[in-house]
Amino acid sequence: MTTELSAPTADIADYAIRLGDDALILAQRLSEWSANSPEIEEDVALLNIALDLLGQARSLLAYGGGFTERSEDELAYQREERSFTNVQLAELENGNFADTMVRQLLFSAYQLPLYTALQASADQQLAAVAAKAVKEVTYHVEHAATWVVRLGDGTELSHDRCQAALEAVWPYHHELFADDELAGRIAEAGVGPLPSSLRARWQDLVLPVLGEATLTVPVDGWRPSGGRAGLHTQPFGYLLAELQHLHRSHPGAAW
Amino acid sequence: MTAVELEQLRAAAAEVPDPEIPVLTIAELGILREVRRGPDGQAEVVLTPTYSGCPATEAIRADVLARTRAVDPQARVVIELAPAWTTDWITETGRHKLAEFGIAPPQPTRGPVGLQLGRRIVACPRCGSEDTEEISRFGSTPCKALRRCRACAEPFDEFKSL
Repeated sequence: MTTELSAPTADIADYAIRLGDDALILAQRLSEWSANSPEIEEDVALLNIALDLLGQARSLLAYGGGFTERSEDELAYQREERSFTNVQLAELENGNFADTMVRQLLFSAYQLPLYTALQASADQQLAAVAAKAVKEVTYHVEHAATWVVRLGDGTELSHDRCQAALEAVWPYHHELFADDELAGRIAEAGVGPLPSSLRARWQDLVLPVLGEATLTVPVDGWRPSGGRAGLHTQPFGYLLAELQHLHRSHPGAAW
Repeated sequence: MTAVELEQLRAAAAEVPDPEIPVLTIAELGILREVRRGPDGQAEVVLTPTYSGCPATEAIRADVLARTRAVDPQARVVIELAPAWTTDWITETGRHKLAEFGIAPPQPTRGPVGLQLGRRIVACPRCGSEDTEEISRFGSTPCKALRRCRACAEPFDEFKSL
């Protein structure tokens, strides 16, 4: 897109890239469901959600890249693993359908209050991206919530798998709400909400769904983190290889 | 550029059909926001995307330029995200055309989109029955949901409220 963009500050650029990386990497993961979903409607739905996230990623990365004069393509295709600052939740493998839906619920329920708050950002471009995205994410939350209830409150097998999915994905949600120095400066400048301030709203969205799904909220223990600092899980490298190999084999490829 | 020329430019751009729902023009869809003179005096056609990732945006840009070239070869297309598009901007004519085409028009939005876990009533665009059910929240394009009419048994698209 050739939206007219003013250049962001260094902090705002890094912040936009964080949010853009979350959206880009989860879009890539969801795209792996193409032609693999349990039913054709779900194929369409998961790829629609992926497309929304990819659109958000393009706006955020194009804006964030402006500070260092890197294009959205350079950011997506030419960075190494340690330069990606997405949360680890976004990169988790798809697993079975319940794993994917639980991951989606926990993530979309974070994006919803995040984008809601960002609409009032002191940065006009971030506010514009958020005002667009918040409407899309509302549908993502609904979709994931509907499936988690259907699986959790379904057959014994679907319930057990959904509970197992929740146990596996749950530890990764803590990173969504972890504050750090950049997040602190962004909040102080009125650009974006402190991550920790979003937790209450997230709980208000997620816990009733888990209750209706007859799922048990896992006991908090292990809290993996590091994504924002460029530390990622082992499967992330394989994801990047698939995302980037065409561009690396044929530099500058476009269509 | 005179006001008359800007109006001619607007009229040319307004005729561009939406590539994914070709019964609607981009003016009826409400994504043609403005035709104006830019800071440098060049004419600008301002579009806003329906969804962040709408893949039709680039095709629409090319179609607009193809039509405005005859009026002003220098005119350019500018994409602006704010204010965010809403289905409330689809014109009355647009809504009628959607229904005739077999797509249930979007319901009015009420401020910010709220979570709607409950059931909504959507009339079948073919037989008018309100006895319809949602098959999938996500349809053949980002802006549509897939529904089925229990009365006439036909599946149909619903334009989602946004």
